[in-house]
Amino acid sequence: MPTVAELYKKDLDKLLKPGIHFLDGNTATAEGAVTAGCRFYAGYPITPSNEIAEYMSYRLPQVGGKFIQMEDEIASIAAVLGASAAGVKSMTATSGPGFSLMQENIGLGSMLEIPAVIVDVMRAGPSTGIPTLLGQGDILQAKYGSHGDYEIVAYLPANPQEAFDFTIKAFNTAEKYRVVAVVLSDQLVGHMYGKVRVPEFDEIEIVERPKPTVPPDQYLPYDSKYLVPPMAIAGTGYRVNNESLTHTDKGYPTTDKDASFKLVMRLVRKIRENEKEIAEWEEYLLDDAEYVIVSYGSTSGSVRRAIKVLRTQGYRVGLLRPKTAWPFPGWVVENLASRGVQKFITVEVNMGKMYHVVREFSRGVPVEHIPYAPGYIPDPDYVMSNVKKVIEG
Amino acid sequence: MSTEVEVATTGIKVELPKAYDDIKDLIRIDRLPHIWCPGCGLGILLKLLARAIKNSGIPIEKHVIVTGIGCTGRIGGYLRLDAYHVTHGRAIPFAVGLKMANPELEVTVVGGDGDILAIGGNHFIHAARRNDDINVIIVNNFIYGMTGGQYSPTTPKGAKTTTSPYGHFENPFNVPLLAYAAGASYVARWSVLHQNELYQSLLEMFRVKGFAVIEVLSPCIIYTDRNAMGDAVDFMKVIKERSTIDHNANLADIDIDFSMKKIVLGNFVKRERPVSYG
Repeated sequence: MPTVAELYKKDLDKLLKPGIHFLDGNTATAEGAVTAGCRFYAGYPITPSNEIAEYMSYRLPQVGGKFIQMEDEIASIAAVLGASAAGVKSMTATSGPGFSLMQENIGLGSMLEIPAVIVDVMRAGPSTGIPTLLGQGDILQAKYGSHGDYEIVAYLPANPQEAFDFTIKAFNTAEKYRVVAVVLSDQLVGHMYGKVRVPEFDEIEIVERPKPTVPPDQYLPYDSKYLVPPMAIAGTGYRVNNESLTHTDKGYPTTDKDASFKLVMRLVRKIRENEKEIAEWEEYLLDDAEYVIVSYGSTSGSVRRAIKVLRTQGYRVGLLRPKTAWPFPGWVVENLASRGVQKFITVEVNMGKMYHVVREFSRGVPVEHIPYAPGYIPDPDYVMSNVKKVIEG
Repeated sequence: MSTEVEVATTGIKVELPKAYDDIKDLIRIDRLPHIWCPGCGLGILLKLLARAIKNSGIPIEKHVIVTGIGCTGRIGGYLRLDAYHVTHGRAIPFAVGLKMANPELEVTVVGGDGDILAIGGNHFIHAARRNDDINVIIVNNFIYGMTGGQYSPTTPKGAKTTTSPYGHFENPFNVPLLAYAAGASYVARWSVLHQNELYQSLLEMFRVKGFAVIEVLSPCIIYTDRNAMGDAVDFMKVIKERSTIDHNANLADIDIDFSMKKIVLGNFVKRERPVSYG
């Protein structure tokens, strides 16, 4: 796999230098994108994601990229898909209401198999909610928000370092599988300052979309003999019909039942068959844990502190922190359930989202959710007292 | 040499008329017959657009067609070019992304009155305001044809549609005035009957730097049937008899009302205006 050092030789002096930096999560996201090769950004202002757009408007021209503030979020994601279709790695950033507006074109990106990255800096909802405060309510929407069957990938950074790292991963995954990848950040991660270590450029691996190896007359844009077909870039002579309607391998609209089923199968298989390669998670004090708290993003910091204290009080609790919401590492939950865990407890800033996903894999082991949605993460005391209630019944 | 074509749906072989020889490499012949109704104007536009692309002086592989949803949205799928058939109303912002990412591309959006001016209306005015260097062909047939004949933003007041059974209450857009006011560099209105003028206008559109808009009046039997206007040929006759060409027309004065007593066509606007993103 090529690295930043090989791919962006002439730009290396313009990238954020390897070493230690002190950044807020939103800026770290933007710098991660630039390091990953993002050279086009289209977005629409929305709190609490604005720092990403502002920073990209300043940063992209320095590296030969382009920035545009579109008339709305629908236009933003459409422009991102268009730019990526022309061969330029592209992204947008938004928050809940804007993410809702982007859903239809997430389906388009999935159907045309155009790599793209969306950063959703989650805020409190529903509706316009509390723009300046945190929520973690978009977990299920990220996977199920658009109609029909498709798969996306979604990362869950918990701090500025992960905001940087996971944005690079999001670009790599988007390119590798030709899907829309989402960075599900949140208001606290976005506005939190922290240490960000940029690895040496020859340590950062970059994935680029598969390219056609056959001449145009032999090229099939949606060739079902591949799980991820090579992608012809607009203007390179392949003269492809890129079709949002259900289509054949050739890109022609179809209502044929075999062709339709084959297409939809492939769109989901390319992620489902690679879920173990894509999914990432952290296990903290799980070896002897009887009670497994599942938490992610900024909330997981508070949970980690609560677990440390609970351990000193004799409670055998541990943390499972998914780093990817999608694909969800369900087999890890299954293994824990089989091993004899007493209960799973989900702690997230919503009324129960990942809760449902954990239940899907808990094999009958009870799953309890600690609801919390006031615009803030729960403090460690709140987590501790509620976890004790769950344990003691 | 004429070209023999096998009709995909029936397997019957037919000969393409010689008149189409010059554009046969630009049409996806294996997709014929097209889905449009007999009498629809889109076939004429397809031919003229293919011919204009061929003679644009721009390499064929640099032409990209972006379309949204509706009858007109199907036009890209019949052109053997890089084409993107995207979501309803979003062809313009998709095209903006393509063009910004690779300014060498000649990006043309083709859409109907509903796709471009209703669901896509906001994108239309903002792309015109920025003067994005893309082309937009609006095929105005005064109605939503594919969905069965509902009223659109260009349906004249009084017209009957499946969602205005008592006659339409609303005022339609004056498309050239809207495009001009929003900032387009080039604005024209032609009909599919005016093939030479429309062809020349398409060529001009490719030469224009900036946002170029051509409104193409086109018959739709879904519209004419419901309003007792006869068939597509009768509609073409109305256009032939009542249209006037006035390149210097006052754009505020060229609305098309239900009576179609006055239909003003022309190359109305061509102006130098900076493009926001080169």
